[in-house]
Amino acid sequence: MDGEVILLDAYASMFGMRLRIALAEKGVKYEYREENLPKKSPFLFQMNPIHKKVPVLIHNGKPICESLIALQYIDEVWHDKNPLLPSDPYKRAQARLWADFVDQKVHILGRKIWSAKGEEQEAAKKEFIEALKVLEGELGEKPYFGGEEFGYVDVALIPFYSWFHAYETCGNFKIGTQCPKFVAWAKRCMQRESVSKSLADPEKVYDFVLILKKHFGVE
Amino acid sequence: MGEENKVIVLGNWSSPFVKRVELALKTKGIRFEYVEEDLSNKSALLLKYNPVHKKVPVLVHNGKPVCESLVILEYIDETWQNGPHLLPKDPYERARVRFWVAYIHQLLDSMAKLYTPDKEAQEKALKEVHEKLRVLEDGMKENFPGGSPDVRAKKLEILDIMMIATVGSFKTHEEALGVQILHPERNPLTFSWVQALNELPVVKESNPPYEKLIALLQSLKEILLGNKKLGKMYTARFF
Repeated sequence: MDGEVILLDAYASMFGMRLRIALAEKGVKYEYREENLPKKSPFLFQMNPIHKKVPVLIHNGKPICESLIALQYIDEVWHDKNPLLPSDPYKRAQARLWADFVDQKVHILGRKIWSAKGEEQEAAKKEFIEALKVLEGELGEKPYFGGEEFGYVDVALIPFYSWFHAYETCGNFKIGTQCPKFVAWAKRCMQRESVSKSLADPEKVYDFVLILKKHFGVE
Repeated sequence: MGEENKVIVLGNWSSPFVKRVELALKTKGIRFEYVEEDLSNKSALLLKYNPVHKKVPVLVHNGKPVCESLVILEYIDETWQNGPHLLPKDPYERARVRFWVAYIHQLLDSMAKLYTPDKEAQEKALKEVHEKLRVLEDGMKENFPGGSPDVRAKKLEILDIMMIATVGSFKTHEEALGVQILHPERNPLTFSWVQALNELPVVKESNPPYEKLIALLQSLKEILLGNKKLGKMYTARFF
């Protein structure tokens, strides 16, 4: 059977959303435990002593940290249903590369948009749009990054869509008008139940960002 | 076989990332053609095969490029299934190994901070590196409760490769910077593991010429003191 699966997560975490989507795609029953970030529980410190971050997937008592590592774990353990990574090694390499691009660019630049000011923020906004355009180029005419099927890169990227409202408000700019292809792809993903049920409400994400800004002393 | 399995590696003699790929291919017994890239004058081939990042290493397999060293290592393990495995088979063990591969890789972010003219910043960076090495030491103790793996008795696995290509490069940084990074008393397991790996013929033949690398790192220091932008370009090679 599936065994005991716990997801230690935080509602607004785009990394947690990745795992929620994957577990839903695979039809895995799990217990969801919410961390009240930015406060961190002793349980989180116990399960992820090194990075002290969510999400942590706990399978039969054994923790798996880092969302892309946990995503691959989910795909390997529950390999029979809705595979996320393709079977061809070259296509798998491309998928891993683009998921890494999402972490290196979309995440880091997005964070700068809400946490930086002035010139640094302006530069981040510009580079963020550029990164989305690179992704649009990679998507091309395909329905998903995975091709015909919803896959690994789609799962890695779609949670950031729920953060667009927060980025737009903090950065005082519009993303959708500059990247219509991206938005079209995102809306296609949202039609999947696993995605629509896993993504956080954009307003609540913005509320969370305000809490973070206060916590980190960013105005 | 023959032309069906043509493997080219675009690399640079000083890059620890390229070393990872070379060691993985040699461990698997895969024949490849090595092309040395002049990073100050990148070839049309490199720009064609890695247009987004324009970096080495690039593995070109039957004309198709794979970029990013960690992605390449997984690709090598998945493509050449016969012979030694770089990663374990069990999904949980794979996740655990991937975690430490990522951790070792991220050590380089902290290492890069050591190359600063600011003494205070360097002190802070050194403390950060020492703390991360302490965590790595503890983590490896859990993976190898009996002590460091007997590397002579087995084929290299991905953690061995990461250890020697990444942590193994620290000695040159120690000499270039005049600081101690790895301590045999504080990091006994890590230290002995790296030492044992350095004795292996496959590692010795892949090591860049020591004096040449020291000279390059020392000039990196000089550049950073004079020209921050140029320094950043050079730092990117190693970190």
